[in-house]
Amino acid sequence: MNELHQKLIAAARRTAPDERVPYAFEKRIMARITSGAHVDTLAMWSHALWRAAVSCVAIMALSGVWTFWSATQQPQPDFAQELDSAVLVSASPDVVW
Amino acid sequence: MERSDSELIAAVLKGDIASFEPLVAKFSPRLFATARRYARREDEVEDVVQEIWTKAFQKLSTFRGDAPFEHWLMRMAVRTCYDFLRHHQRNRENTFTELTTEENDWIERVATTPADTSEDSNAAKQLVQRLMNMLSPPARLVIQLLEIEDKSVKEIAELTGWSVPLVKVRAFRARAEMKKCLARIARDKYL
Repeated sequence: MNELHQKLIAAARRTAPDERVPYAFEKRIMARITSGAHVDTLAMWSHALWRAAVSCVAIMALSGVWTFWSATQQPQPDFAQELDSAVLVSASPDVVW
Repeated sequence: MERSDSELIAAVLKGDIASFEPLVAKFSPRLFATARRYARREDEVEDVVQEIWTKAFQKLSTFRGDAPFEHWLMRMAVRTCYDFLRHHQRNRENTFTELTTEENDWIERVATTPADTSEDSNAAKQLVQRLMNMLSPPARLVIQLLEIEDKSVKEIAELTGWSVPLVKVRAFRARAEMKKCLARIARDKYL
């Protein structure tokens, strides 16, 4: 069986590769490429989604910066005082319900 | 003056699609030779090579120029041929009951007088084709690249995208698979 294996592999190696190209093959390839039939839908979606992801991250970063900046600009509320005011407003004689 | 591959590629990437045609003309013979090792019918061979060129055009921007364009193209060709084998593996032949008289005679001559049996005969070539058609896609690819084209494990890893250990494992399994197929020939022949 070893001889059979070796003979078959030798036969395969001796078989010259057939490099014939069908007539006008290049023209057909170029026609296919220029017609747009080559569009890779998956790649197209992938590019679009990646661009959208980058934009979303940029918007998120800007929103975060703006929120932080806004918070530092406004005076910080005193929550204890505001709670007292909210609770005591009901007891105030000036307030009419 | 004839432009180099890198000049043609640069032109295509700048929008001059017509510059792709000289590349197609230059490398198509090699691609057809490669595809004919894996596909039997001429229409399938042409489909495979068309797919290789379509992918090459779509992914041309990923060609970095570290290695010759031919190497990059051949990697794509091998992977496309492997995909073709995987998609068409349901058509694999799984019987040797239809060996021709020539093939039977050739096998007999190998058994009796191996030194005098020529590898150039049509029967030998037909038997090789039969044997390759019986193998699973990874086995067929590895046997083709490793044993017939005499490529190294590292070269096969680069062409297929498999790791070196995976190539070695697949080579081991492919040889075992090939031995089983040959044993079937011998058993069917001599039963």
